[in-house]
Amino acid sequence: MAKIKSLPELVYMKKELEADMAKFEQHVHVCGGTGCHAAQSIALDEKLKRIINDKGLSSKVSVTSTGCFGFCEKGPIVKILPDNTFYTEVTPNDAREIIDHHIVGGQKVDRLLFLDPVTTQRVSDSEHMDFYKKQHRIALRNCGAINPENIHEYIVRDGYQAIGKVLADANPQLTIDIIKKSGLRGRGGGGFPTGLKWEITSKVEADQKFVVCNADEGDPGAFMDRAILEGDPHSVIEAMAICGYTIGASKGLVYIRAEYPLAIQRLQKAIAQAREMGLLGDGILGSTFNFDIQLRFGAGAFVCGEETALIHSMEGNRGEPTFKPPFPSVSGYLGKPTNVNNVETFANIPAIINQGAEWFASIGTEKSKGTKVFALAGKINNVGLIEVPMGITLREIIFEIGGGIKDGKKFKAVQTGGPSGGCLTEQHLDIPIDYDSLTAVGSMMGSGGMIVLDEDDCMVSVAKFYLDFIVEESCGKCAPCRIGNKRLYEILDKITQGKGTWEDLERLKNLCSVIKDTSLCGLGQTSPNPVLSTLENFWDEYVEHVEDKKCRAGQCKALLYYVIDEDLCVGCTACKRSCPVNAITGDKKQVHYIHQDICIKCGACEEKCAFDAISIKLEHTPKIVENGND
Amino acid sequence: MEMIKLTIDKKTVEVEKGTTILKAARKIGIDIPTLCHFEMCDMHIENKPGGCRICVVDVEGRKNLAPSCATEAQDGMVINTHNIRVLNARRTVLKLIISDHPFDCLVCSKSGNCELQNMATKFGIRDIPYQGEKSTYRKDTSPSIIRDIDKCIMCRRCEMMCNEVQTVGALSAVNRGFMSVVAPAFEMDLEKSPCTYCGQCVSVCPTGALTEVDHSNDVLRALSDKRKTVIVQTAPAVRAALGEEFGLEPGTSVTGKMAAALRRLGFDFVFDTDFAADLTIMEEGAELLDRLGKFLKGDENVKLPMLTSCCPGWVNFFEHNFPDLLDVPSTAKSPQQMFGAIAKTYFADKIGVDRKDLVVVSVMPCLAKKYECQRDEFKVNGNPDVDFSISTRELAHFIKQANIDFMELPDEDFDNPLGESTGASVIFGNTGGVIEAACRTAYELHTGKTLEKVDFHALRGMEGIRSATIDFDGLPLNIGIAHGLAHARTLLDEVRAGKSKYHAIEIMACPGGCIGGGGQPFHFGNSEILMKRAASIYNEDASKTIRKSHENPQIIKLYDEFLGKPLGHKSHELLHTHYFDKSDEVNIHHD
Repeated sequence: MAKIKSLPELVYMKKELEADMAKFEQHVHVCGGTGCHAAQSIALDEKLKRIINDKGLSSKVSVTSTGCFGFCEKGPIVKILPDNTFYTEVTPNDAREIIDHHIVGGQKVDRLLFLDPVTTQRVSDSEHMDFYKKQHRIALRNCGAINPENIHEYIVRDGYQAIGKVLADANPQLTIDIIKKSGLRGRGGGGFPTGLKWEITSKVEADQKFVVCNADEGDPGAFMDRAILEGDPHSVIEAMAICGYTIGASKGLVYIRAEYPLAIQRLQKAIAQAREMGLLGDGILGSTFNFDIQLRFGAGAFVCGEETALIHSMEGNRGEPTFKPPFPSVSGYLGKPTNVNNVETFANIPAIINQGAEWFASIGTEKSKGTKVFALAGKINNVGLIEVPMGITLREIIFEIGGGIKDGKKFKAVQTGGPSGGCLTEQHLDIPIDYDSLTAVGSMMGSGGMIVLDEDDCMVSVAKFYLDFIVEESCGKCAPCRIGNKRLYEILDKITQGKGTWEDLERLKNLCSVIKDTSLCGLGQTSPNPVLSTLENFWDEYVEHVEDKKCRAGQCKALLYYVIDEDLCVGCTACKRSCPVNAITGDKKQVHYIHQDICIKCGACEEKCAFDAISIKLEHTPKIVENGND
Repeated sequence: MEMIKLTIDKKTVEVEKGTTILKAARKIGIDIPTLCHFEMCDMHIENKPGGCRICVVDVEGRKNLAPSCATEAQDGMVINTHNIRVLNARRTVLKLIISDHPFDCLVCSKSGNCELQNMATKFGIRDIPYQGEKSTYRKDTSPSIIRDIDKCIMCRRCEMMCNEVQTVGALSAVNRGFMSVVAPAFEMDLEKSPCTYCGQCVSVCPTGALTEVDHSNDVLRALSDKRKTVIVQTAPAVRAALGEEFGLEPGTSVTGKMAAALRRLGFDFVFDTDFAADLTIMEEGAELLDRLGKFLKGDENVKLPMLTSCCPGWVNFFEHNFPDLLDVPSTAKSPQQMFGAIAKTYFADKIGVDRKDLVVVSVMPCLAKKYECQRDEFKVNGNPDVDFSISTRELAHFIKQANIDFMELPDEDFDNPLGESTGASVIFGNTGGVIEAACRTAYELHTGKTLEKVDFHALRGMEGIRSATIDFDGLPLNIGIAHGLAHARTLLDEVRAGKSKYHAIEIMACPGGCIGGGGQPFHFGNSEILMKRAASIYNEDASKTIRKSHENPQIIKLYDEFLGKPLGHKSHELLHTHYFDKSDEVNIHHD
């Protein structure tokens, strides 16, 4: 590939490539994201290509392995353009039918179309799917639309024109002003205005500055950044170069977790291609601007998403945060001014430059502009990756895009913001989502994890789950986070074991407030949020666990009771003999009784009872039993 | 300098911009408690990871509490250091720390000197409501230092000392979350790490996580063994600090009381390492002149600068890190080992005792000395020249246990012959002292003239690296001095690169020299204590009639009767040693 030496040359190239693309009558897009990869999408892609080739259709039909469509629940996905037909759960065995019926015969393969769980109807194309109707894809604009391993496809979609414009303007402050005016805020969770961050870093004098892309995505269940890097790596590369030019940095680093092999591979490929075409390296697009990118691999520590910890990790030191100030914009990597932005933040930049600050600012709410990508998970019909305009409500996300709760169960809560966020309830479903409104109700935007919970979820256990994660992931540097979160976890565990007391509830509250108030970094300062928000919104459940020894969701094993139905028990003694801890008393031909203080809930009695007299109950009424032989 | 004004607990204070809230508060007498923070002013040593969160304060308008040790004061700040929010947070955090700490204060070697214990006392902590798991680890005992890191509170002071002040790199934080702790790489034993046993980690540890290996029971056992003749030697720096353990002002010299106490403890002879320090100067000074003479004549086999070799921490450091420069340090043994070698030959013969029945005990300001006396090359048929080395702190405990009223003791003299010393040997305890003592002797031996002014002020002070040019009657001798191993490394890197301008370099592992050694009474970061100890040592030197090592009459007699001459055959056999490449024995990565 020859180097592109100017913006006009790039635009010309785009037009030529576009004309090439127009030669195809149909395009087959096969999802090549990690989820679909795991479900054999590579074999599917290869088979489709082979059949197209065998049939001599190669000049009319293109087959492309793309990035993630977001609809991971039903992968592998195959989308056919121009009619946007959306096939789900496609296997390599379906390849021939798709080509014979659809590509050649012009008939959609009905059985592979998406089945709407609410209407139970097949949906003809993605335009008519509720999952996509309310989405607005900016950061994900190219995911599922292009082959991420081919820089030409990115160029066709205006790729690298933004850096071209920025270099042609030759006015870094102008670029900063565009970003500031767009209202873009950091998508990693903090929500700091991106333009302002760039401006601060640009004003610090130094012989060397760095642009760092934070691709250390660590929230459980979140994969926004992975999808972008796998599906559209060039948008991040282009944005980093723009940032480099703006702040005066010639070096960029992507801190990416080693658990993302596909993202790493595609990013490396994309960097190599960009270098080859003169879009990275010395004299980008014929200018005097030099910028190159290196990768740094993280070992999967959640705290390394915190920017100071990330920088220490890149330097080869222990991944732990340090006190701010100094902020990285003043003293970051190797002590040099460093601008750290998240993957999704970067992915928005080329679109903002190309389409203007006003366009971007017209989307979203007053203080939160643009869109946000969420990883939708949990007890919801349409699990996957979505990008929605700021200001959308949780109700729209869960019940329209997400298709409602699975198996017709009742919605209970939605956890946003990952381990740092909180659990919101029915009463929060209609607030417009943005940085400030989520914080105001005790949760946070975070990096975009969104886990939906239904009536079968125990809220104390949910809080415990997140604390377990935090205890694992605390770096251990400051005492409140290192020890406090461990103690929080232990108290929650005690409560789910049915051993909690009112004093424990008081201790929980005090510990939460002290950990928030005294922890060193954002991880500790937000770690009690899952506890605080469940205490606030689900106080009754805590009280039930402590006072009534009851878990209404039936999740806490220690709070389940094996009970003998007096009407069904014939006194055969089979249960009594099967009990390994002698928790059952009762004479032959008399109704038996299970002593709950002895029972270890092994279930052996239930299994042995031939009369279905033993069942699990959420509550039990203790009775006074005489002649107990235990 | 830009000044800013802020209000702390309703008092206004004006400080330089850049001052932390903690320091601003201390300026007006508000002593915000700290636990992990550690600072030795004037010595450029500071630890403020902001990890313990004990020093948090409430800053008006700020969302969360601010760690005062790490937060810069801003103009117009309004701060409260003890409202209910702050006190509750501080007490809760303290209880959390204690909840993950063993409750064995009664039998902890740090009891009474423990900063965590003091903090609990100060806050009147009476109950720990958080009864959960405690983080426990394997106990690790090395020749000098015990790591009982169940007691580690992650203040990171030891890590700062080991990495920044000493550049040894033996200790760093390992593991994550609740199991985080400071340990050698891969949680290996200290013995397998590049640890030099300098003991600076022990000096600053706020709890009992890092302590010395206590040998005082071995000494007690030897003293009660009737078959043994037990003699003791005391290092110069011990007398300048021992008094602190008995409530005396830092810098009070207790040489006479110390000798009296040792005699009452039952030592058969109370000798002085200072005697051996004079002997060291005879050998090391002669070696310097010998090497210098050959070097000036163009002998390419002779290397300069010559480095001092008294400090065992320093010897370990270069054996680990500079195995290519083993011929640079002087081959002279340290005073402790010269003393042992002479005691178990010359002196043993004199009193007619077999070396196996002679027990040599040393009292040292140093923990590396415990390791040094166990080195194989300092043993004869398995019998060590120095049997036990105890620290200043161990001696103090020993005296207290023996019901000796230290303050009421008369001043007594050391015994002869190995108790006679000069002012030159006393100053071995301070950084720069060894080289100053060497200059006093080398000057006179080299020039044949009498040195009129024995005080070389150019060689004194607390700067980490110092240099001076001494006029040896027309020969300008370039002297370098480093204390603290980071500074030593700087000078060694110069030597390695062939860029060193010095003829002789003195190196002490511990900041301040032996007065700041790892076995000294705890200074709790108060660097003034070190200054006072240093001053006391220089005073003792000035008060001596004989201030040059080669004028020590017992030294002259020793050479006449036994050794012959410096660098002679007998000296080589008894007073000189050689060094080993130990880089493979420890976990050091070489490029």
